[in-house]
Amino acid sequence: MQVSMTVNGGEVSGDVEARTLLVHFIRENLHLTGTHVGCESGYCGACTVILDSKPVKSCSMLAVQAEGSSITTIEGLASNGELHPVQEGFWERHGLQCGFCTPGMIMSSVALLEENDNPSEAEIRHSIEGNLCRCTGYHNIVKAVEYAGAKVRGEEPPPPDWEEGS
Amino acid sequence: MTIGVFGTSVKRTEDPALIRGQGLFVDDIKRDNEAAAAFVRSPFAHAKITSIDKSAAEALPGVQAVYTADDVRSLGPLLAQVPIGKLRPLLADGVVKHVGEAVAMVVADNAATARDGADAVFVDYDPLKVVVDPEYAATNEALVHDDLESNIIHTWEEGDAEAVQALADREDTVVTSVKMVNQRLIPTAIEPRGVLAEWQHGYDRVTLHSTTQQPHAVAGALALTFGLPGVSSARVIAPEVGGGFGRGLNVYAEEMLAVFASRELGRPVRWIETRSEASKSTTHGRGWAATATIVSEPDGNFLAYSLVGVADMGAYSQNFSVAIPVLGQFTMPGQYKWDAIYWKMDCVHTHTPTVDAYRGAGRPETSFYVERAVDTAARDLGMDPIELRKKNFFQPEDFPAATLIGMSMDSGDYGGNLDVLVEKADIAGLRAMQETARAEGRYFGVGIATFVEACGLAPSGFADAGVSWAGYGLPSAFNESAVVRVHPDASVTVVTGTGPTGQGHETVWSQIASDRLGIPMERITVVHGDTKDTPMGIGTGGSRSAAVGGVAVAIAADRTKEKAAKVAAHLLEASEEDIVFADNGAHVAGSPDKNVPWTDIAATAYQPHKMPEGMEAGLDMTAFFDPSNLTWPYGSHVAVVEVDPETGDVELLKYVAVDDCGNIINPMIVGGQLHGGITQGIGQALLEAAVFDDEGTLITSTLTDYPIPTATDVPSFDLHKTTTPTDANPLGVKGIGEAGTIVSTPTIVNAVVDALSPLGIKHIEMPLRPRRVWEAMQEARA
Repeated sequence: MQVSMTVNGGEVSGDVEARTLLVHFIRENLHLTGTHVGCESGYCGACTVILDSKPVKSCSMLAVQAEGSSITTIEGLASNGELHPVQEGFWERHGLQCGFCTPGMIMSSVALLEENDNPSEAEIRHSIEGNLCRCTGYHNIVKAVEYAGAKVRGEEPPPPDWEEGS
Repeated sequence: MTIGVFGTSVKRTEDPALIRGQGLFVDDIKRDNEAAAAFVRSPFAHAKITSIDKSAAEALPGVQAVYTADDVRSLGPLLAQVPIGKLRPLLADGVVKHVGEAVAMVVADNAATARDGADAVFVDYDPLKVVVDPEYAATNEALVHDDLESNIIHTWEEGDAEAVQALADREDTVVTSVKMVNQRLIPTAIEPRGVLAEWQHGYDRVTLHSTTQQPHAVAGALALTFGLPGVSSARVIAPEVGGGFGRGLNVYAEEMLAVFASRELGRPVRWIETRSEASKSTTHGRGWAATATIVSEPDGNFLAYSLVGVADMGAYSQNFSVAIPVLGQFTMPGQYKWDAIYWKMDCVHTHTPTVDAYRGAGRPETSFYVERAVDTAARDLGMDPIELRKKNFFQPEDFPAATLIGMSMDSGDYGGNLDVLVEKADIAGLRAMQETARAEGRYFGVGIATFVEACGLAPSGFADAGVSWAGYGLPSAFNESAVVRVHPDASVTVVTGTGPTGQGHETVWSQIASDRLGIPMERITVVHGDTKDTPMGIGTGGSRSAAVGGVAVAIAADRTKEKAAKVAAHLLEASEEDIVFADNGAHVAGSPDKNVPWTDIAATAYQPHKMPEGMEAGLDMTAFFDPSNLTWPYGSHVAVVEVDPETGDVELLKYVAVDDCGNIINPMIVGGQLHGGITQGIGQALLEAAVFDDEGTLITSTLTDYPIPTATDVPSFDLHKTTTPTDANPLGVKGIGEAGTIVSTPTIVNAVVDALSPLGIKHIEMPLRPRRVWEAMQEARA
């Protein structure tokens, strides 16, 4: 079957089986391997992309269901080489360790800040509840999103909470 | 220019690729003409295989081959580091011993077709009697393997049972005894396990990409299994790996089988596990049932401690298996002084997936038992749990402290560390809040646990202690390697034997090398996880990377610097002893203007005619570091919880930790390790359990049934530190990878039991999910 959609601002199309998941179309046909597969059951969120302004788990959608939609993946976030504030926040606040859940976690956070650029800690935690991370304990992910929110609002981000010194 | 940054929170050099989605994990590395494997797995825990019909699968377009035990029997079983007990056949040979055991492998042109093929293989089974419960297994009423005489494949025993009993029998002593389960867990790294195997015909060499923490062990196993000329013919690469937690501290059948298929078909073969396979064919952790007994005097003076029980090994022994409990033995006495001690742990086979290393590996189990027992003793004695601990801790003047289990603990101030917790967490204020809450009929709990961890796994002599290691034909050792290579342009490659899975070794090893050499981090590249490039390395596990591998980097850098100093002295016409390295160059001590940049030193070091007479060219040094002892980090944690009196739901309100891991190289990264570790331990306390029904079916094989903590299950953490360096290595670093996991589990359970103590509840088995807590409350109220 033929599918066409907009991915990271460009028109793409491809030939897929009816059963092909959106995540496999993104990874295998478009060679955008930043979107990860962690469980193929919609639980872990490593495959999260933004589809028509909403975060969706691309393992829980068929490629053909995305026909005509507009998708942003992790590869489409930085513009002209400049990191998106959420990417910057994850780097500045140690919001990742192994980095496998990170693309999905970042996409969910981007979607949150597009809706609400000044979320509370509880709102941040709620919005990433569908993205599992086994490394960070979420503490620094929350700090990363707070950092990014401040950046989006044009404010100075809060300082890091780690104690310096060996 | 990032230079002189030992001890500071440098941003990670790993991150730019990962936050852009450009990190390359196994499934992101593609090859022309690659094929995909899928496995047919047993739905029975114990059954005879009466027939396998491959014909429908073989007839499917795109299926290249279907392999069974007949095809791979000659390769032998899956090799193990500690081959005690039953080894796993690569594919089940006539009988299956656990749900999820691989029975056949289908290789096809793509993954979807391979899975279709696996669905089309028809296997007939004749179910046999199943042994699921490790305590039942220990009775030997039914054998897991009928060719073994006993289900008990190894017993760890240490100490003096009679001495403990004599103290317990004294009329003036108080005996606290608690039987507890430290339940089986599924590691659940977010990246599924995966391999990409490429057999090079004509060369008889193989390259394997794998989600492993120990590439050299996998290479050793490949060389032996396939009869390669040597380990140099097997190149194992761990690219970006999406989480370790011990699941990668193993060698797996799928690694061998993908290589086999690649050899047979002459094509690269990929296998990526499904989440359900991750729960049944990847190793599990914990799985103990044991009784902890404390004998005290009425004033709270501890006399004796014993821990006796069984450890579930699953159906087959893999990499470490029976060696996991001995890591727990090291820390079994906790931080306390005893007059007598006894420890006995039977390692038993059951019809379940293999149990092996999982974050902490043995030490979370024994720490859980001793810390739960101490809290229970405090209740029995009517003492404050903090005072009871402090009364019985080893004191600063006791170090190096010899334990009755035969260990020597390097350094510590356990009481001082706990005092910091009391102050930072305002324990007095929390107790006042608890009093108010209790007056209102609310179940508000304050749980404290403390711990000492044996980590920085070393020295190498331990590898031969207690059990014999097969080591995949490689040396049995616990040292670690590093190469520091200063290139002619004064950029640096650091090669490490460690196998990071998110711990930030690239950043931290760069910090160490930069600190020693005076070369900016931006000019340093760290290479890891590729056996082609690294000298023999052991890998990452047991919180050993900084304390062993990081130290090897420092030593190799120092050796490189020593040689560079000779070159710099030659260029500056100064004495070698007066050369100081700083600011990307070298100068003469006391005369900073008499200097030479690193680029000149390095360029000279590769031009023999410009070097000092008789000196060999090159700036490339290797180090192998074998520490004199384990390191012994420790800490004190407190959790504050409130239990819903109607539903049993546990809300975690606050978590404060004071950890001591010796000197810290990067505080940001240490904090991250603690956050993640604490959360994993909370997962065990509140949420996670691998549950089998009576037939041995794993009923928690999806992330819905096996819930790991989400962002809403945990609070932000309040971290503090004390610093007691170790003398086991020249950096004074102790390790932090497992600390959080080791102590947070008993901390949480202590808090919940504290909350429910007005009901007279003394213990609830983990995980403390609402139903279990509610049932305990109902029973207590009845």
